[in-house]
Amino acid sequence: MSAHASHAPNRSGLWDYLTTVDHKKIAILYLIAGGIFFLAGGLEALLIRLQLMYPEIEFVGAKTFNELITMHGTTMIFLAVMPIIFALMNAIVPLQIGARDVAFPFVNALGFWLFFFGGVLLNTSWFLGGAPDAGWTSYTTLALNQYSGRGVDFYVLGLQIAGLGTLIGGINFLVTIINMRAPGMTFMRMPMFTWASFITSGLILFAFPAITVGLVLLMFDRLFGGNFFNPDAGGNVVIWEHLFWIFGHPEVYILILPAFGIISEVVSTFSRKRLFGYSSMVFATALIGFLGFMVWAHHMFTTGLGAIANTLFGLATMLIAVPTGIKIFNWLLTMWGGQIRFPTANLFAVGFIPTFTIGGMTGVMLAVPPADYQYHDSYFVVAHFHYVIVGGLVFGLFSGLYYWWPKMFGKMLNETIGKWNFWTFFIGFHLTFFPQHFLGLMGMPRRVFTYLKDQNLDMGNFISTIGAFGMTIGTILFLINVVVAAKSSKRAPADPWDGRSLEWAIPSPPPEYNFVQTPLVRGLDALWVEKMAGNKGMTPAEPIGDIHMPSPSFLPFLMSLGLFVAGYGFIYHNYVVVVIGVLATFACMFTRSVKDDPGYHIHEDELEEKGVKA
Amino acid sequence: MANHHAHAVLPDEPEKATLEGKNKVLGFWLFLGGETVLFGSLFATFIALRDQANGGPTSQALFDMNLVAVATLLLLTSSMTSVMATLALHKKDLKKIQLWLTITVILGLGFLALEIYEFVHYVNEGLKMSTSAFASAFYTLVGFHGAHVAFGICWITLLQLSATKKGLTVVTAPKFYLACLYWHFIDVVWVFIFTVVYLMGMIGGKVG
Repeated sequence: MSAHASHAPNRSGLWDYLTTVDHKKIAILYLIAGGIFFLAGGLEALLIRLQLMYPEIEFVGAKTFNELITMHGTTMIFLAVMPIIFALMNAIVPLQIGARDVAFPFVNALGFWLFFFGGVLLNTSWFLGGAPDAGWTSYTTLALNQYSGRGVDFYVLGLQIAGLGTLIGGINFLVTIINMRAPGMTFMRMPMFTWASFITSGLILFAFPAITVGLVLLMFDRLFGGNFFNPDAGGNVVIWEHLFWIFGHPEVYILILPAFGIISEVVSTFSRKRLFGYSSMVFATALIGFLGFMVWAHHMFTTGLGAIANTLFGLATMLIAVPTGIKIFNWLLTMWGGQIRFPTANLFAVGFIPTFTIGGMTGVMLAVPPADYQYHDSYFVVAHFHYVIVGGLVFGLFSGLYYWWPKMFGKMLNETIGKWNFWTFFIGFHLTFFPQHFLGLMGMPRRVFTYLKDQNLDMGNFISTIGAFGMTIGTILFLINVVVAAKSSKRAPADPWDGRSLEWAIPSPPPEYNFVQTPLVRGLDALWVEKMAGNKGMTPAEPIGDIHMPSPSFLPFLMSLGLFVAGYGFIYHNYVVVVIGVLATFACMFTRSVKDDPGYHIHEDELEEKGVKA
Repeated sequence: MANHHAHAVLPDEPEKATLEGKNKVLGFWLFLGGETVLFGSLFATFIALRDQANGGPTSQALFDMNLVAVATLLLLTSSMTSVMATLALHKKDLKKIQLWLTITVILGLGFLALEIYEFVHYVNEGLKMSTSAFASAFYTLVGFHGAHVAFGICWITLLQLSATKKGLTVVTAPKFYLACLYWHFIDVVWVFIFTVVYLMGMIGGKVG
């Protein structure tokens, strides 16, 4: 008896997606789930802006407003942009390094389902007695039982479950990039998006455990009578701030580095030039990753850590501008003298550069502790982080989606709709957030649900809300574009943009085994090297043979479901439910560990250049 | 089955003989890196709160050197036996692996029993989770380590049971290797707990 089954288990439709361990399908799952949460977070943002459109109105009221700002921040950071980053990483990184698969396909699927169930758990709070209302930073003591309701329990458990998923996803990508590269793919030949994903995964590994601990402590205080943050019993609220920001500051680099990677790919491809200063880009990425861990207390200048600590953290923060500046200039110099084309992907990339630069400059302003005392908790801060997170990250994600959509789904997005998408979103964005700098300097505080008439705040807020509609229209146009692309019968070519990296060497969408033969990498921009040598495709590094694939499994779904159920048990203090949920998860772990899964082989004669169904 | 065949040609360092094995070993080291941050955060929290007894029992009043010394002895010995199991793995001697792991598990159970006794004793002395910030930090850090020990015991036992059927192969070897690595890691963490929580906790007065 052979240890390996010889045929792929025949699964289709929903069951296929519930059990898949194929990184390309997991990418699609991440994209759909992240997209839905993005819409939820966007709707919350729109409601916030409507409440603030005119002074002294009662559109949603104070309580709902607190819930909205909490859920908007939490949803966008943890449940929308991170999963969409993971979608692109899953879809593209293994292809860019010439790998057949990721290192841990099962763990990859588990990571997705944990994120998904954590996100769903968090969002059900809207229907189960109110969403968390202590801000996305959930500062104690505000987040303790005496000041906030059950919503914060949903926050604690939802983020914990989702965070576990992110952590194991990060480990998977680290091992994949270290161990699974094709022959010749040295570290200094890896495309920038892969490099950025690598550093980001490293940041995830070292940042997420800090919030895991923070959430555990907050959970113990709220559910089991702990005293970590209760000053009456000797607790210390600043511990929460430290733990939150030791995670939270690297988190913004976890978000922005992949966007930098996308911009590097897009700018280089559409300038028809290799990336200017590749090795300095790699160095800058690593340096930003390192410095990202050294600056968390700049979120805490006004906490009272003292002048020395503030000075050091302020200086470390300003240092980050140096590698970021290197990147900005390298992108500009990549375009310099290039044959530039402007499809939507490149519009977003080029729009990203000045927008992110503005966000970076306000960041340096905020890094000056005495100045920060003035800007602190004002709309200036809101304007700053939206310039980097929306103007940087979301522009980067749109750019990446327009760029890689054909590779992921085998269909091109429509360029006319795409250009309308870009301009409405781009103009809407600047209308929304540019005035907020001035609102902040004029004294409008963050997190307030209304403001008084005739204090010079009316006009800025009104314009800001109009801008939010612009971004909404941009997002709707993107959705329309997705539908139009899905309905179109035209299939995308393998290499629609005259690309430079390995993912463009295989069909769109790629077959489940990615590369029929592992490619031999002979330089940076591996595919471009072959094109310049006059070759039609990659030179193979191995003869055609059987390909080993991992079996699909329903266990990741069930394991995550177990923790989801246990989460409700904790929230409602029903420990029978907790035990049932945790036991279910352990039973799945048990099954996984005793039942060896040898996978299956795709035989040589079955190999065809056909794509997966997307 | 293929087992006999696999056993006959079992390569050196069987835990890293396949790409899957290599991936597992690297992934697990990275996981331990994350665990280090996790315990580091718990230690930092404990250090910040260790003198906040809020009128309840202090560490000086509670901690007993004899109990902690025995617990430490048990756990550090078990670390050594887990290393012996890894050495036996490299000699591809399944019987020795099983023997050393059995001793490891028994020592681990002894440690866990002492810890449970210790916690019950402290609760009777008036140190509950809700007594003080010190109590919360103590039970969380030490309990978290204890939970790791308990998980390790279940993991190794399960591995031992399934290996009696499956034998030592390139599939089971990485599993043994990782379990031993994990066990060694939680022992290293205990060295820090012994120092930071117990030794420093028995010295009267504030440090620094």
